Amino acid sequence: MFIILGLLGLGISAGYLFRHVPVFKRLEHSISYTIFAMLFIFGITIGANQSLLNNIGEFGIQAAILAICGVSGSLVASFIAYKLFIKKGGINEK
Amino acid sequence: MKNNLIVILCFAAGIFCGTFAGTVVSTFCEKLPQFLLYALIIQVGLNLGANAELGKMLKDIRFSSLLLPFFTIIGTLLFSAAASLLLTSWDMYDCMAVGSGFAYYSLSSLLIVQMKEASVGIEIASQLGAIALLANIIREMLALFGAPLYASFFGKFAPVSVAGINSMDVCLPAISRYSGKNIVPVAIIHGIILEISVPLLISFFCK
Repeated sequence: MFIILGLLGLGISAGYLFRHVPVFKRLEHSISYTIFAMLFIFGITIGANQSLLNNIGEFGIQAAILAICGVSGSLVASFIAYKLFIKKGGINEK
Repeated sequence: MKNNLIVILCFAAGIFCGTFAGTVVSTFCEKLPQFLLYALIIQVGLNLGANAELGKMLKDIRFSSLLLPFFTIIGTLLFSAAASLLLTSWDMYDCMAVGSGFAYYSLSSLLIVQMKEASVGIEIASQLGAIALLANIIREMLALFGAPLYASFFGKFAPVSVAGINSMDVCLPAISRYSGKNIVPVAIIHGIILEISVPLLISFFCK
């Protein structure tokens, strides 16, 4: 966890220092390529795992339940935030 | 949308190749993501830091716009914890770890595999990672296609909140269209704060 946080902090400060270097404007692409590579390798790990493949339908249903719960929670929370901030005359009066 | 397709294709191609992979290849592939993950985290940080609008946005921040991400986090985590009542094979922390992805499917699933591996082994860790990948892809799709619905029933913040981390990129056009242009800075700050919270929360819940 500290490695991850440290790297994130290091990245943000280095990115801020070198923000005028053109290479850093193209990071979106290299991020995408890194993600593609990681997911391909993650896919290999899953493909090589027979018991996981046999249960992919069940995992799909569990994933859908978790996604719907997450979205519902966000909807309720953002509704509360909306009501609160409107009363206080926050962002919406801009 | 194009990126989503490539992501799904890469993942599917990996699974296809994996079915032919021997044990040597698959053990090698279990070690490799850690280094790619570090490379990814550094790039995400560099990208955030080099963002030309970061400074301007920091000046523009209002207190209330800082609060929305925390509403999103609390709402998502509470309901994800409740999902563990329906999913008997996973405990509350597992469900909250999946919820902590906030639609950042790529990073969250890989983080979960890496961090769960130490305590439960690669088998269970990959299962939860696969669920996290699918759940967060579904969340992104729900956010992309449901934005007008959420905005009209749950207020202007709802599309931002549901989009999670994607409120700063993929879902921004939809948010600006259905919630209004004045919500855009809120949406970007929301995305940045959630982006920082993903690794934090996942490592916390995977302990």
